[in-house]
Amino acid sequence: MRRVSSPSDKLRTLDAARWRIALMITVTMAVIYIGFILLVAYDKPLLGTSIAEGLSLGILLGALVIVSTWLLIAIYVRWANRHYDPALAALRHEAGPK
Amino acid sequence: MSGAGPNPIAIGGFALFIALSLVITWFAARRTKNTETFFAAGRSITATQNGLALAGDYMSAASFLGIAGLVSLSGFDGLIYSIGFLVGWPVVICMIAEPLRNLGKYTFTDVVAYRLRQTPVRVASAFGGLAVVAFYLIAQMVGAGNLIRLLFGLPYETAVVIVGLVMLAYVLFGGMLATTWVQIVKAVLLLSGAFLLAFLVLVRFSMNPLALFSEAARQYGAAVLAPGRLVSDPLDAISLGIALMFGTAGLPHVLMRFYTVPYAKTARVSVAVATGVVGTFFLLTFVLGFGAMVLVGQDSIRKVDAGGNMAALLLAETVGGQAFLGFIAAVAFATILAVVAGLTLAGAAALAHDVWVSVIRRGHAAEHEQFVVARAATIVLAIASIVLGIVFKGQNVAFMVGLAFAIAASANFPALVMSVFWRAFTTRGAQASMIVGTASALILIYLSPTVQVDILKQPTAWFPLRNPGLVTIPLSFLVGIAVSLIAPEPEAARRFAEVEHRIHFGD
Repeated sequence: MRRVSSPSDKLRTLDAARWRIALMITVTMAVIYIGFILLVAYDKPLLGTSIAEGLSLGILLGALVIVSTWLLIAIYVRWANRHYDPALAALRHEAGPK
Repeated sequence: MSGAGPNPIAIGGFALFIALSLVITWFAARRTKNTETFFAAGRSITATQNGLALAGDYMSAASFLGIAGLVSLSGFDGLIYSIGFLVGWPVVICMIAEPLRNLGKYTFTDVVAYRLRQTPVRVASAFGGLAVVAFYLIAQMVGAGNLIRLLFGLPYETAVVIVGLVMLAYVLFGGMLATTWVQIVKAVLLLSGAFLLAFLVLVRFSMNPLALFSEAARQYGAAVLAPGRLVSDPLDAISLGIALMFGTAGLPHVLMRFYTVPYAKTARVSVAVATGVVGTFFLLTFVLGFGAMVLVGQDSIRKVDAGGNMAALLLAETVGGQAFLGFIAAVAFATILAVVAGLTLAGAAALAHDVWVSVIRRGHAAEHEQFVVARAATIVLAIASIVLGIVFKGQNVAFMVGLAFAIAASANFPALVMSVFWRAFTTRGAQASMIVGTASALILIYLSPTVQVDILKQPTAWFPLRNPGLVTIPLSFLVGIAVSLIAPEPEAARRFAEVEHRIHFGD
């Protein structure tokens, strides 16, 4: 905890944290996906490289993009359930019934 | 199925699903006595149920039939679509789902209009929302018409009318409650059907997907495992990519689902469930597509439908016989029917809740009147979708859905995000962002090579990209920001505190 602040300041801090997480997740997803599309567009031979019998780098990376979607969502849900919800509940308690 | 003409087992499966869905509608109708139940299922849906319904809304004809077909004919290139359709969900969960649940009532417009002047915002937003619903509806109706024509040997027009009438019956009488349950049943059926189909394919390759892929490479060359011609213009690919990524967060029928759950946390968990289900389904399309390529053969797939849309059905017949084909066909019908119902409901909500009650009646309409208007709007939309389905006969289904995503990402997403996160956003800014987003997307689609070169047979197109998202999404944001900065609206900024409070606490 930092200095004692009013509930509305705390809400603002929490909101800023939520906004940062949201932005981070959106930008990460955009970088992963657009990076994948750029590889598809500019370096087709690389994605055609065979890693194992029947498995090209392109198919592996494609499956990993789907998995990364799950991971990003898991990160957000975990953060929201563990930090955001309890912090909100505490604030609501502090502010009293509206 | 190898020949044309009716298939008794497939028709039996289809009839069974229709009967089941009508039973659901009958139960739901007995509980649908007011507007809140009609549009928001009485806010009684659980996280898992809503997750399945969201997944159901998302796994449309384009994803099941279209992607399996694309992969079977062009290998790796088809997978680019299945990946693109999933990357929008993290944006939905972290930016949109919870604020939407806490701020709105029936439509996403409730959120945009919350602290702004109601009438101008609602008119602009209904314009964008209905444009998205129209393009999405056309794609589904065209898919449905072709499917019924191919499978039962009915004329295309008759098929479209049948789909329209069945959909009308269960939206009209059952509302959101019936639509949600039909989506849930369909999502479970579609996922189990895809799992079963993938299992029957993999059994032949000692349960090893890589053995299947290498067999595909052996038969059709290693090129099927590598990127090919589909993504030849990088800018076009990025434009489609951005549209798919931000379009999900602007689809009215998907956004509407967040009002059917009781809390923000339920909305959050339901997105996680939906992404799990949809992602699994798209991973299965890898196996289904390559399975059809190897076991059915590209020539046989092309012979039945040049676009490859029947690949999944042919595969079902090859590995599971007539009965299994009947089951998969019924699931495919269910998919289209359920998505059409969800879209119609979202369109009816925009017409009844945003235009009639808030604009024409200035927010004062009796509960009974709202309910009547909502049902009248449903009938109007059902007729419109039947007519549009017949007019747009012969259009490519997956492509139309891509355009619907571009309009959603340009018209709805920027205004939604700015109204929730930016204090200085104004009524004029929202109006400008939504109208410019919708209009620029529609105009650039008209000027694109698809319409100018492919349809109107002009030598060149004025606008080089097939999907307008790369231009229209930033444009919509910029116009919204510029207009808000030029003419500030102190009242809207003052009420932002209220928005902040509600986003977090929901009351």
